[in-house]
Amino acid sequence: MKKIKQNFGLLLGFICLIFSTYSFANTEVKHAAKHDATHEEKGPVNTPEKINAYIKHHLQDAHSFVLYTDGATGKHIGFDLPVILLDNGLHVFSAAKFHHGEAVAESKGSFYKLHHGKIYKTNKEGHLRMHGEHPLNYKPLDLSITKSVLGMLLTGLLMVLFFGGLAKSYKRGPIPTGLGRALEPLVIYVRDEIARPNIGEKKHKKFMPYLLTVFFFIWILNLLGLTPLGFNVTGNIAVTLCLALFTFIIVQFSANKEYWGHIFWMPGVPVPMKIILAPIEVLGMLTKPFSLTIRLFANITAGHFVLMSLIALMITMKVAFGPVASTGMSLLLSTFIMLIELLVAFLQAFIFTMLSSLFIGMAVVEHDHH
Amino acid sequence: METLLNDFSPGLFVMQSVILLILILLMRKFAWKPILNALQEREEGIESAINMAEEARKEIAELKSANENLLKEARAERDNIVKDAKETANRMVEDAKANAKIEAEKVMAGARHAIEVEKAAAISELKLHVASLSIEIAEKIVRTELASDDKQKALASKLAEDINLN
Repeated sequence: MKKIKQNFGLLLGFICLIFSTYSFANTEVKHAAKHDATHEEKGPVNTPEKINAYIKHHLQDAHSFVLYTDGATGKHIGFDLPVILLDNGLHVFSAAKFHHGEAVAESKGSFYKLHHGKIYKTNKEGHLRMHGEHPLNYKPLDLSITKSVLGMLLTGLLMVLFFGGLAKSYKRGPIPTGLGRALEPLVIYVRDEIARPNIGEKKHKKFMPYLLTVFFFIWILNLLGLTPLGFNVTGNIAVTLCLALFTFIIVQFSANKEYWGHIFWMPGVPVPMKIILAPIEVLGMLTKPFSLTIRLFANITAGHFVLMSLIALMITMKVAFGPVASTGMSLLLSTFIMLIELLVAFLQAFIFTMLSSLFIGMAVVEHDHH
Repeated sequence: METLLNDFSPGLFVMQSVILLILILLMRKFAWKPILNALQEREEGIESAINMAEEARKEIAELKSANENLLKEARAERDNIVKDAKETANRMVEDAKANAKIEAEKVMAGARHAIEVEKAAAISELKLHVASLSIEIAEKIVRTELASDDKQKALASKLAEDINLN
């Protein structure tokens, strides 16, 4: 129990730090986007506005995988990903058609335009009716293999390979060899430190596949986000919401009578209190997935933002401190943040799994008292 | 918040749900179940091995103590046997001694009896002899006493005197 408290303290600290930086960052981004929304990002990324736009672009999902952009010519080095749209039938085409938002793509007589990572249905000329900074055009359901989807597929593949290998290695003998030897303690860790203490000896087995999958899925995605490939999957609110909803659904479907009793008709309190407590408890039930969503999303987004900002120090501080000092400072700080992010990558996966198992444990626990 | 909502991509949400669901099912079948089962089997194996070792240790200890008990019993039995043998020997000697004593006494008693009998016979013979001798002497005396009339008269008076005096 003490351990959980410690973790929560740590988490709270992180959240405070991250929210403060995030809200600050958000206003900056908005500010920059207004300046930058009209013209395309050409030329070297060397002004604070361009850097902010660049970071914002990175934080968003993308339809092409760009490893490097030549600032002078505006040429992107990378590859385009397939676009799949559900709009009066299925539209499948390559994102190359968008020319990184510069061109209107045509598919089966419909026209689409890419604007800040989102696909909008337009007329032939690609006109966007703008409202503030967001277009009002219809957004078809975008089932594209975006960068995030690619990241998830890659993670899934890695997991199947790694843990499938571990599973197979048990057929050769009781002790795994190679990579499995490093993975096995992690599986045991999730089972013995996360699932067992929170859900209980008897019931944890049923939830192990979900908890293990989510733990490694989030962790690997977080780590993937720290590679120079530029994935930002777990910093995507759709992804974290989906993860949290999975936990929510599992909790609701595995909940026993007592769990519902504690929500709608709290035992052991007077009737008026029961009536007052019910909506509060219902709210509490709904805030749990919300907190899971925001925690993971905010932590990872902030991590990416801070890391990229620190890398950008090299450019923004060049005038004030000279190239050597600014580069040194940037290198030092970003290395430091990188190490913290490595910890956060694990911590967030741990906390998500931990809280999921805690919520499941609360739903399946059998009370002896009352 | 507006940016957040605008950034929310329903398509990505759908894709993520599908991928996650497939991944969970896939991993459950091909990875987690076999891994967790193998881990459990291994842990149970280790536990049972430890238990078995403990049991074997206990058994050995029991065997040892049983052996010692057996040895003790054997020793006690040996002691008993020796003691019994000694007692039996002693008793036999005692018995023999007692028997000899009884025999000797019997012999002595027989001898004594024979002596008594012989003595009694001798005494009775002697008595007969003495009686006959006494009768002979008495005859001789009476003959002499009653040889003359004077003497008969003297005797008769004397006897009469005795009677009177009485």
